[in-house]
Amino acid sequence: MSSTAEPVIRIEHVTKSYTSGMPVLRDVSLTVARGEVVVVCGPSGSGKSTLIKCVNALEPIQQGRITVDGEQVGGKGVNLPRLRARVGMVFQHFELFPHMRVLDNLCLAQCKVLGRSRQEAESRSEALLDRVGLKAFAGKHPGQLSGGQQQRVAIARALAMDPVVMLFDEATSALDPEMVSEVLDVMVELARSGMTMMVVTHEMGFARKVAHRVVFMDQGEVVEDSPTTVFFEGAQSPRARQFLSKILTY
Amino acid sequence: MSNFDFEIIGRSLGYLFFEGMRFTLTLTFLAAIGGVILGTGLAIIRLSGGRVLSAVAAGYVNLVRALPLVLVIFWFYFLVPYLGQWLTGSSRPIHVGGFASALITFIVFEAAYFSEIMRAGIASIPRGQAAAGLALGLTPLQSMRYVILPQVFRIMLPVLLTQTIVLFQDTSLVYVLSITDFLGAASKIAQRDGRLVEMYSFAALVYFVVSFAASRGVQRLRARIAVPR
Amino acid sequence: MHRHQGRAVGYNWNWGIFWEQSPEGNGTYLDMLVQGLGTTLLTAALAWIIALVVGSAVGVLRTLPGRTAPLVASAWIELFRNMPLLVQLFLWYFVFPDLLPAPWAIWLKQLPNASFVTAVIGIGFFMSARVAVQVSSGIEALPLGQRAAATALGLTPAQTYRYVLLPMAFRIILPPLTSELLNTIKNTSVALTIGLAELTARARAVQEFSFQVFEAFTAATLAYLAINLIATLAARWLESRVTVPGYGKA
Repeated sequence: MSSTAEPVIRIEHVTKSYTSGMPVLRDVSLTVARGEVVVVCGPSGSGKSTLIKCVNALEPIQQGRITVDGEQVGGKGVNLPRLRARVGMVFQHFELFPHMRVLDNLCLAQCKVLGRSRQEAESRSEALLDRVGLKAFAGKHPGQLSGGQQQRVAIARALAMDPVVMLFDEATSALDPEMVSEVLDVMVELARSGMTMMVVTHEMGFARKVAHRVVFMDQGEVVEDSPTTVFFEGAQSPRARQFLSKILTY
Repeated sequence: MSNFDFEIIGRSLGYLFFEGMRFTLTLTFLAAIGGVILGTGLAIIRLSGGRVLSAVAAGYVNLVRALPLVLVIFWFYFLVPYLGQWLTGSSRPIHVGGFASALITFIVFEAAYFSEIMRAGIASIPRGQAAAGLALGLTPLQSMRYVILPQVFRIMLPVLLTQTIVLFQDTSLVYVLSITDFLGAASKIAQRDGRLVEMYSFAALVYFVVSFAASRGVQRLRARIAVPR
Repeated sequence: MHRHQGRAVGYNWNWGIFWEQSPEGNGTYLDMLVQGLGTTLLTAALAWIIALVVGSAVGVLRTLPGRTAPLVASAWIELFRNMPLLVQLFLWYFVFPDLLPAPWAIWLKQLPNASFVTAVIGIGFFMSARVAVQVSSGIEALPLGQRAAATALGLTPAQTYRYVLLPMAFRIILPPLTSELLNTIKNTSVALTIGLAELTARARAVQEFSFQVFEAFTAATLAYLAINLIATLAARWLESRVTVPGYGKA
C-alpha cells in the first residue's frame, strides 16, 4: 500500500550502541506509511525490540534520524511527552499499573496528558474496553485478570490516546498459548480498521493475515524488507530463508 | 564566628585514642563476638527447640528489640549488681565496673538483633543439607555445627559485619553512664577546655571515617564472596 | 511495703510509688512519666514527618536517571548513616549554632525549647537517610517496564513518579517503613543527653528522686511495649487497607 504522502514513521540511517560499545543497530532505515501494517521479525539479539523502543525515544540513538508524523523524535523544540501520546505502545509484559482499576489505567494519561475531562475519558475508555471485549472488567484490578485479558486492556489503554500509530513489542510472547489468539484477534481487527501498525513478533500467521510488509532483521541490520507475499514465497536473502524455515516447520 | 582552636585536637590525640577509642573498639569487638554467639544460640532454640523454649527465646528477642538501647543500658546498670548478689548469694549488691556492665548490656542487646540475622540465614539453607547430614549419621547438633552453621556464616557475614558497624555506633550511648569511650573522652576534653565545637566535630569526623571505611570494606567483601546461583 | 527476707540488704519494692507526689511539685510520679510519654510521642511524630518528607525526596533522587541526582542522594545517605545519632545530636546542639553568624547563634542558644527542636531536627534527618534507602529500594523493586509504559503514554517524569511509581513503591515498603517508625520512637530516648524530658529521661528522674529503680523502669518498659504494639497493629491495619487486589500472583 504505497502512498505519496509523508510516511507516519521514517527511520533514517539509525545507528545505536550500548554504553559498553556493543553495537545493537547498524544503519537501519525503514518507513511505515499511513494505514500500513509492518511486521518486524528476526532472531534474538537482532535489535528489533530495541528499534521499536527508539521510535518513541524510550531508547536513545547515536546516529541517524527518526521522524514520527512529521516531527523529529528527540529534535529541538519537540514536546516529547506530547509526541509520545500520539504513539501507542504495547509491551511484552503488558505493564498495566497494578494499583489502579482497569478503567483508571485507561483514564490516567487521557486526563493528565491530553487534558480530557474525567467524564469524557471514562466514556471513551468504556467504548474501547467494549471494543476489546472487556467492558465488564472496568472496575477490576489488573492482578485479577488473566494475561490475555491484561494485554487486551493494554491495547485499549494505548488506543485511548487516539494514536496515529501503534507499536507492538512482542505483544504475545509472554502469553500462555491458549491466550495468544484472543490478543491476535484484537490486533487483526485493529489492522483491518486501518490503523498504522509496527509489530515486532514471531507470529507469522498474523503477518500473513494482515501485514503489508515484512522486515527481517539480523544482528542489528535490516536484511530484508519486502511485501508480505514476496517475503513468504520468495525471500531473497539466505538468512531470511533460514529463519523462515526454522519458524514455519512446526 | 568565635575563635576555634583546632590544635586542641592534636594535643588530645593520645587520650582520645588510647583511652577512648580503645574502650570503644574493645567493647565493640567483645560485644560482637558475645552477641553473635548468644544470638546464634537463640536462633537455634527458636528454630529447633521445644515449644516452651522457643517461645521464651522469641519473647526475649521481641522484648529487647522493642526497647530503646538507652533504657536497656539503665536497666542493666541497676540490675546487674542485684543479679550478681542473687547469683553469688552475697549479702549486698555486687559492684560491677562500667566496662563489665556495658559489655553485658551490649551482648544481651545485640544478641537479639544478631539472632534475627542468624534465624533468617539458617532458614535460607535448603532442608536437604540438614537431611544429608543426618543421613550420614551426624547428630542434629553435629549437623548444625559442621554442615549448617558454616554455610550460614559465610552467607551472612556481610550482614553480621554491617550489624557490627551499627554496634560500633551504638557504643557511643555509654555516654549516659558517663563512661569514657571515644565520645566520652572527646566530651571530657571539650568540657574541661571549653572547646565543644572542635572536639565534637573531630569526634564526628572520626566516627564517620571509620564507619564509612568499614561499610565500603563490607561492600567489597560482599562482591568477593557472591556465589553465582 | 515488702521487706526482703532475712538479714541480707536487698531492694525495697514499692509499687505504690506512682501515686506519691513528686518533689517537682507538678503532680505524682505517674504524671511525670505520662508527661515524658507525651514528649516522646510528639518528638517522634514531628521527627517522622521530617524523615518521611526529606527521605522520600532523597529516595526519589537516588532513582533518577543521570549521575548527579543519585550521587547527591548517596552523599546525603552516607553522611547521616555513618555517624551515631548521639554524635549528630551533639553536632546540632553544640556545634551548629556556633557556625552561624553571631546574632543567629545567640538567638538559637536562647530558644526555650532548644532540646526539643534539636531532637526533632536531629532525629528527623538521621532517620531520613534510612527512609531514603527504603524508598529507593521500593522503586527499584518495580519492574522496569512500569516506567517505560508510563513514559510511552506521554507522562512526564514527575507524573510517572506521582501516579505510577510511588503509589506502588510505598505499598511495597510499608513493613520496613513501619519498623523505621518504631526506630524513630526508640531514638527519641537518645535526646535525653541534650536535655529532652522524654519518657526514659523522666523514668530516670523518678528513679533519682524516689530510689524505686525497678518500678520506674518497668513502667517505662511497659509504655514502650504498648507503643510498639499499637504502632504495629496500626501498620497492619493500614497494610490491609491499601493492598492491591490480585497483586503478587505470578
